[in-house]
Amino acid sequence: MTELLQIENLTKKFDNQVILDGINLSIQKGEVLVLVGSSGCGKSTLLRCINGLEEIQNGTVKLEGKEVKYGDKNLPLIRQKIGMVFQSYELFPHLNVIDNLMLAPMKVQKRNKEEERKEAIELLRTVGLEEKAEQFPRQLSGGQKQRVAILRTLLMHPDILLFDEVTAALDPEMVREVLDVMLNLAKQGRTMIIVTHEMQFAKAVADRIVFIDDGKIAEEATPEQFFEQPKTERAKQFLNVFSFEKIKVNGI
Amino acid sequence: MPDLGIDVLLKGSNMLRLLQGLWVAMKISLVSIGISIPLGLIVGTLMTTRFKSLKVIFRIYLETIRILPQLVLLFLVYFGSTRALGWNLSGEMASIIVFTLWGTAEMGDLVRSALVSIPKHQYESSEALGFTKGQMYYYIIIPQTIRRLLPLSINLITRMIKTTSLILMIGVVEMLKVAQQIIEANRMTSPNAAFGVFLVVFILYFIVCWPFSTLATHLEKKWR
Repeated sequence: MTELLQIENLTKKFDNQVILDGINLSIQKGEVLVLVGSSGCGKSTLLRCINGLEEIQNGTVKLEGKEVKYGDKNLPLIRQKIGMVFQSYELFPHLNVIDNLMLAPMKVQKRNKEEERKEAIELLRTVGLEEKAEQFPRQLSGGQKQRVAILRTLLMHPDILLFDEVTAALDPEMVREVLDVMLNLAKQGRTMIIVTHEMQFAKAVADRIVFIDDGKIAEEATPEQFFEQPKTERAKQFLNVFSFEKIKVNGI
Repeated sequence: MPDLGIDVLLKGSNMLRLLQGLWVAMKISLVSIGISIPLGLIVGTLMTTRFKSLKVIFRIYLETIRILPQLVLLFLVYFGSTRALGWNLSGEMASIIVFTLWGTAEMGDLVRSALVSIPKHQYESSEALGFTKGQMYYYIIIPQTIRRLLPLSINLITRMIKTTSLILMIGVVEMLKVAQQIIEANRMTSPNAAFGVFLVVFILYFIVCWPFSTLATHLEKKWR
């Protein structure tokens, strides 16, 4: 396996408050990595740093040896290789679904319009949304929007996909349809980094779980190890808190 | 049917004079709008930049213009400038100055609020797709801003057209003033003319403003 992404000693501060503290992490091609941790631990920020959306104070992020640097001239080029999906979908409201999908490949990568359209329709079909091609984002449900947002990222043919709590804003019954799309991508052997609070999903999809606590990597393990026998006290607490929450949700 | 006194408008060139008055009002508002929109775009854009002092200056400008009734502004510029600065402004010129000052402030605020209402994540998801800054503004941010801005600025246009009815107070002979003159002149022969003439004035304002307001509603619905 080849190393795709390398993070070395990444430190992120916000007004003197340390958000990420010397993170070292590398991801192999085809690996699915799930970042977990209590809210505010820095996992989303880490994801944003990987895409150069945040200025970092120390360390490097490299994709196949090329540095991802905030504010750098070459950043748009490298970003084409790094797909990112956000919690709030962020489809472009003034464009219909098919144009949302085709805008970046055509304008950024200058690809052929006809081929692009074919590929977009084909992808829509795989997620069962080919009939929505001409509709506008406001006519779609949250789950549909998020599936389109994932496809929009895929059409750029990225080497790695970043998912930032993509189901957190969805109604429970729509969570599944989005997670299924992601499971399929994992099956296809895509390289993915996922931030999620869906622990059952994390268990199913992950090759490796990275538990972040207080801006540091507190634990790295296979899903089986992490969920059955967490090593650190913090991870145990985190999982306990989580299962408590789950019981409550089920009870209501 | 009661006598509405509309017939006075058929006497001589009264109807034509009324329309000429409307033209004066339209001319003043259209010229002011024509200047206000580009200036407002500049002011609004500057208000979203990081220059703190600029923001404060524009804020003060905007709030001052908003708090003052337009009539006070008209008096201030028309009578005030003559006495204090020795300028000899025509009523129409003073009106254009006031309407431009007002329109620029309002338009600037509309532009500012349209720009800041685009969520931060729209910028981020564009960047994440590999758009350069220029492409991002061209394909994503500006089209969305225009869609938010257009219905609001059309409403501003109708407000400015309606507000020209104030400029008769500084001696500009616009539609309302012409209407008053016609009514005055026919007070003896046609005492009911006030109703008929003002009714026509009402209809004329409506005919002018209604298409704008319909367009704004239509665009708002279309772009939601």
